Amino acid sequence: MADPRPVVLKLEGITKRFGTLTANDAIGFALHQGEVLALLGENGAGKTTLMNILFGHYTADAGTVEVMGQALPPGQPGAALAAGVGMVHQHFTLADNLTVTENILIGTRPLWRGGLGRAEARARIAALSRDFGLAVHPEAKVRTLSVGECQRVEILKALYREARVLILDEPTAVLTPQETEALFATLKKAVDRGLSIIFISHKLHEVMAVSDRVIVLRHGRVAGEVATAETDRHRLAEMMVGAEVRLPAPSLARPGSALMELDAVSTPPEGTRPGLKSVSLALRAGQITGLAGVSGNGQGALADLVSGLAAPSAGRFEVAGARVERWSPRAALQAGVGRIPEDRHATGSIADFTLTENAVLEDYARPPYSRRGWMNWRAARAHAEKIIKDYDVRCPGPEARIRLLSGGNMQKLILGRALETAPRIILANQPVRGLDIGALTYVQDRLIAARDGGAAVLLISEDLDEILALSDVIHVMSEGRLSPGFPRGTKTPAELGVWMAGQGFDHAA
Amino acid sequence: MEILDILLSASFWAAVLRIASPLIFATMGELICERAGVLNLGIEGIMVAGAFAGWMAVYAGLGLWPGLLVALLTGMAFGALHGLLTVPFGLSQHVVGLGITLLATSSAYYAYRLSLPEVTSPPRIEPFQPVHIPGLSDLPFFGEALFSQTALTYLAFACVIAVALILYRTPLGLALRAAGENPSAVEAQGLSVTAIRIGAVMAGSGLMAVGGAFLTMSAFSSFFFEMVNGRGWICIALVVFGAWRPGKALIGALLFAGFDALQIRLQQTPLGADIPYQVFLMVPYVLSILALVLMSRRAEVPAALMTPYNRGDR
Repeated sequence: MADPRPVVLKLEGITKRFGTLTANDAIGFALHQGEVLALLGENGAGKTTLMNILFGHYTADAGTVEVMGQALPPGQPGAALAAGVGMVHQHFTLADNLTVTENILIGTRPLWRGGLGRAEARARIAALSRDFGLAVHPEAKVRTLSVGECQRVEILKALYREARVLILDEPTAVLTPQETEALFATLKKAVDRGLSIIFISHKLHEVMAVSDRVIVLRHGRVAGEVATAETDRHRLAEMMVGAEVRLPAPSLARPGSALMELDAVSTPPEGTRPGLKSVSLALRAGQITGLAGVSGNGQGALADLVSGLAAPSAGRFEVAGARVERWSPRAALQAGVGRIPEDRHATGSIADFTLTENAVLEDYARPPYSRRGWMNWRAARAHAEKIIKDYDVRCPGPEARIRLLSGGNMQKLILGRALETAPRIILANQPVRGLDIGALTYVQDRLIAARDGGAAVLLISEDLDEILALSDVIHVMSEGRLSPGFPRGTKTPAELGVWMAGQGFDHAA
Repeated sequence: MEILDILLSASFWAAVLRIASPLIFATMGELICERAGVLNLGIEGIMVAGAFAGWMAVYAGLGLWPGLLVALLTGMAFGALHGLLTVPFGLSQHVVGLGITLLATSSAYYAYRLSLPEVTSPPRIEPFQPVHIPGLSDLPFFGEALFSQTALTYLAFACVIAVALILYRTPLGLALRAAGENPSAVEAQGLSVTAIRIGAVMAGSGLMAVGGAFLTMSAFSSFFFEMVNGRGWICIALVVFGAWRPGKALIGALLFAGFDALQIRLQQTPLGADIPYQVFLMVPYVLSILALVLMSRRAEVPAALMTPYNRGDR
């Protein structure tokens, strides 16, 4: 693989440990000018850590970074920027209270100088927007921008500083398929102008579409390196996981009666988050209903409704065939709703509680876990031990704080907590986000088993592949509106993408 | 009727500006800290320390302006301690702030006792005198109402303009505002969040101390215990009232000073004979709470206020 183009960036022996976890283990590779290098790996493979070291957010325990042959001092984002490295972070680093121009200008001038040079900056930003196809209003407050626009601002920040190397960390995670196409067009323009790009992703088809070369990371090590033209999705997946990949292939569903039914239900918006707009949906027994959409388009509002955190402001809402009058989290639990919340850290568990305490968070007020207001810790502990055993939760024991568990094991405990109550309706909101392949297939298999046992499953995910593989019927949400249900196999990803972008609803209405 | 008479007197307006001056300095100081993301509850104590340090320096023989500089530096020193504990160490800003208030207040009282062990009533210094501005000070009514102040009052207003210019028109202000909203935006652009926040807390604390020094070096000429009397806490509320904007915070300070000047004068009217004076003392606070409720509903709080920033956190 002798590439005649000059090397712009070279990493050697990068090692980084967090406690006992080795996130990066002697990683090294080179990036050539005008190249798109994909860094592929599962969540937790060490991709983001590596890029944070490269950009100076973290200091490596060992190893060196060279840009254009010059060693980069560790732990200094300023030095990385000065050397021409620009980074588009996965979580945007923008100040909401400032305008696009102001965000781009932060740190570009000596602090003690008077004047911001706004006019000059605006002109340059406008020129960059035009040249790279990054449409965004320079005087708009970042607070008012869409996720796609925020990402364009992040790219503009790097281009404004004349970056020669552009690092994009999971840039497509928040985009619609159409926005992703536009991003790829921008990257193409950048490469044509001689920039080099590191594209971090765990989505195989994107890596195949955009990159010249792929480096696969697994458990913090380089597991392989291959020219994109000489490989295919299947082989990349094997390199990434280190084993044969098995996609879940559920048997045909046998849908039963509707256990939860929404008829023209609306909920009020909450801050910037849209509410439901006249949504009609039936969650049927023995069926997985998939909900696709770009995040922040009302999935949260629907999840809140199903789990009892919100009540409808208009429309008819029925659970088990009876119209619901009073709806609360407790009412939802009593109606047999099992909940796997979107954020297992913030809402799914209490970090400093033990596994036992977390296992009974939803049932602590009922026998056998408490009687007459007194906790029965023996019963709670037995329950936790059963979940740990049946759901293969790897942990030091039921009295360990849940904070110590990996995301996958935490999720298994939450899954067990929800499924052990034999729920009639299961809300699975992003159930496999951030899990490794083992935990992921385990969780998916359990959901399919619950479906076959007659539960109605609502699966919310931003990962279209997951939705397509698991769902018996697929709905798409956009700005609080819900598309009609599409039975399994009747829509391609591109067709769903059109709905995700908000088109199609007008015709359907 | 009495209220109208009071509002039409020039001495009332002169009092408003005088009462507002320490509040303006300290409010601008607090505003800088909070815009950078640090709540500085040390304000009350730092004002006490500034009041003492400036006055003591002049009593010990320094000039008025060098004395003011001593107050400023004293405030910055407490600010450095506050910044060190809350920014790189990431300790609770509430606890550190209250601790700084206790520490600064007691240090000032202790130093007072150490340096003046014998006295029963504190010695006086020659304070800042009203500046005669040719032309303006001689105007009928307005001359007395607006232009009969000491240099420090004019400096307070200049300070508002300076803070607004720095916040909105300089790269430094931009970085500071970003640090209070999303510190990672600052770090990702190659600047140090730690340096910006500590710098903001030091500068803000310096201004608080100058606000305290106004009391001993301009409004009065001696240092008394309890003389700051909750003004620092009022300034915390004024920052919220002003929605973290210098101009609106200035209006808030003037409004509060207006209520305060009014209640003192109302106590001397026939009304004051019938109603206990404590009720009048309450007036500015009650009205401030009302104004706060009405004004701060839609304020944009700096999103990262009170959130410590840890580099490389995970």
